[in-house]
Amino acid sequence: MAVPAGSLVFAFFASGLVLLATGHNALSSYRQLLDAAFGSKGALGETLVSATPLAFTGLAAAAAFRMRIFNIGGEGQLYVGAITAMAAGLYFGGNGGPSAFPIAAMVVAGCVGGALWALIPGILRAFFRTNEIITSLMLNYVAAYLLTYLIFNTESYWRQTTGFNASVFPTSKDLPSSATWPGATIHLRGGVLLPLGAGLAVLAAVLLWFLYSRTRFGFEAQVLGDSVRAARYAGMRTRRKILAVMAISGALAGLGGASQDGDFRHMLDADPNGLQRQYYGYSGIVVAALARYNPLAVLPVAFLIGGLQNAGNTLQGADFPAGLVGVIQGIILFSALGGELLVRYRVRFVRRQAAAPAPESA
Amino acid sequence: MNNSLLVVVIASGVAYGTPLLYAALGELLAERSGVLNLGVEGMMLVGAVMGFWTVQRFHASTPVALAAAMGVAAFAGMLASLIHAFLVITLRASQIVSGLALTIFAGAAGLSSYLGNDFNLGANPARAQFHAVFPARLQNLPVVGPIIFGHNILVYASWVLVVLVWLYLSRTRLGLNVRAVGDSPAAADAMGISVAAYRYAHTLAGGALAGVAGATFTLAITPQWVDGITGGAGWIAIALVIFAFWRPELCMVGAYFFGALQDLTPELQARGIHLGPTVLWTSSLPYLMTIVVLVLVSASSTRRWLGAPAALGMPYVREER
Repeated sequence: MAVPAGSLVFAFFASGLVLLATGHNALSSYRQLLDAAFGSKGALGETLVSATPLAFTGLAAAAAFRMRIFNIGGEGQLYVGAITAMAAGLYFGGNGGPSAFPIAAMVVAGCVGGALWALIPGILRAFFRTNEIITSLMLNYVAAYLLTYLIFNTESYWRQTTGFNASVFPTSKDLPSSATWPGATIHLRGGVLLPLGAGLAVLAAVLLWFLYSRTRFGFEAQVLGDSVRAARYAGMRTRRKILAVMAISGALAGLGGASQDGDFRHMLDADPNGLQRQYYGYSGIVVAALARYNPLAVLPVAFLIGGLQNAGNTLQGADFPAGLVGVIQGIILFSALGGELLVRYRVRFVRRQAAAPAPESA
Repeated sequence: MNNSLLVVVIASGVAYGTPLLYAALGELLAERSGVLNLGVEGMMLVGAVMGFWTVQRFHASTPVALAAAMGVAAFAGMLASLIHAFLVITLRASQIVSGLALTIFAGAAGLSSYLGNDFNLGANPARAQFHAVFPARLQNLPVVGPIIFGHNILVYASWVLVVLVWLYLSRTRLGLNVRAVGDSPAAADAMGISVAAYRYAHTLAGGALAGVAGATFTLAITPQWVDGITGGAGWIAIALVIFAFWRPELCMVGAYFFGALQDLTPELQARGIHLGPTVLWTSSLPYLMTIVVLVLVSASSTRRWLGAPAALGMPYVREER
């Protein structure tokens, strides 16, 4: 706990220096930030809009990184999940209020889409020992092109082809009303809408925690993460584990994409300045690292970083320069990484004594 | 003849490939010493914004301003890479997470955007920019005109740099030491080479070259400032190093190939050629090809032969030797 909390404090201190150095009032920027993220009316609801996808991509990164499988393709897996979930929503949805079947179909389709996209680097890693970092990353770009292509370059199943707007600017079909995800309203500060996706994220976090810390699968995956050789000597099936971990990770990110369609956008957002500008997949890695890859810790961290992201989206002005959110996120991550070392090596500051004790080996 | 598709695409492949080449050579130096830096995109953007800022604010004759801008860009990229170097070499943090953090910190939604907005750089086009150096007579020669003589000084400087990096790595004592540090840090350490010093120096050199690569965008290719102007080139540069089997001369080929692919789609569309579904393939091709090359490189037998640094991405802990 000390490291993440310490890194937050340090990050705000260091970013404050950046603000001061460029002639801004750091305190008023931070007051604005806190207000826009958590304080003002409707802020909590908006923060949940950013926190929900971050929880999914954070869980996706935590699921993989914890096993030392570096899936940085959460971004692309989220896009593909959004595409497949949208297809399911369009296919099964109809008129009327939200109904269980199309929504469940979207959840499943989102998971499957994300998992399949993640299995590409997974299979390459498991069978050809190809470094998954670069392959999963490259697929982010392919997924982004695919998303743009489906709406802008072809008359695909997803694209709106009738109506006046569609002839002016390419856009996606709207999600049928029975496939839009319901939310629960919490009566707090004038009502906070708790999206279905946020509930699913909590459920997923608990399931992931259970899977990784209470089951044989989780134990074996952990051994594999620590030492491939030890896992192989113990007779564990390493290939299957890699595939399973990648699929789980991708499914979580894909679910985040489904939630984008169902909870928030109610269409397939292919606008280069829309979904693709939020970098949920990359920020999810920040979330996971700060939560030290613990699924349960991902949730509060996602909420915090979501608040930051939300503030960054709503505030633009002299006191709150664009880019500040990325600066703060980056410094949080840097200090979490640096702080990790202090914990790992149990650095203690003691007064030098006559006979120095032998250094503790790490 | 000079308007034929092939000549145009090759010529613009050289132009668009130049920032890729600078960034890839920098990343190659860092990786050869064993440090993977995924922060290239971030370092490029910091270099891009600071180089542009210099040209806008430093009132001097064009060549002086441009030279200063390149120096500032290199320095800014180097400072950014220093964060990564400190975290992964001194503190032995995960190279992957640290590099990503650097891109988030400095990238399109981070410091570069902060500085660009704070200095209000988006308002005006560049006051000075790099132009083609050779006279029009040479540039108009058939085929070789646009491809060889149609470029600015940065392109030719990058050719010199390729030769220098190649000579450095394969023909000098220092280069041999770098390869030792990247392949077997323990052996290098036993030889009396300071692993940390070599890794710091090459990570910083990588940052400086990434900074230059970024400024190539804002001062030559599209002389203006917009957030995220590099558009993912940093990631392509990382892929390019692998694509080129960690060899500078192949980096050049790869950079121009990727550069040409980048221009192919708009060029075809401009000529009224309807691409249809192929647009998806032409735009995704650099990324897909990188994956294919990675698969080929990753079989362990070919890996050694192709020259992947064996200790890439691994921190060196003397006590664990």
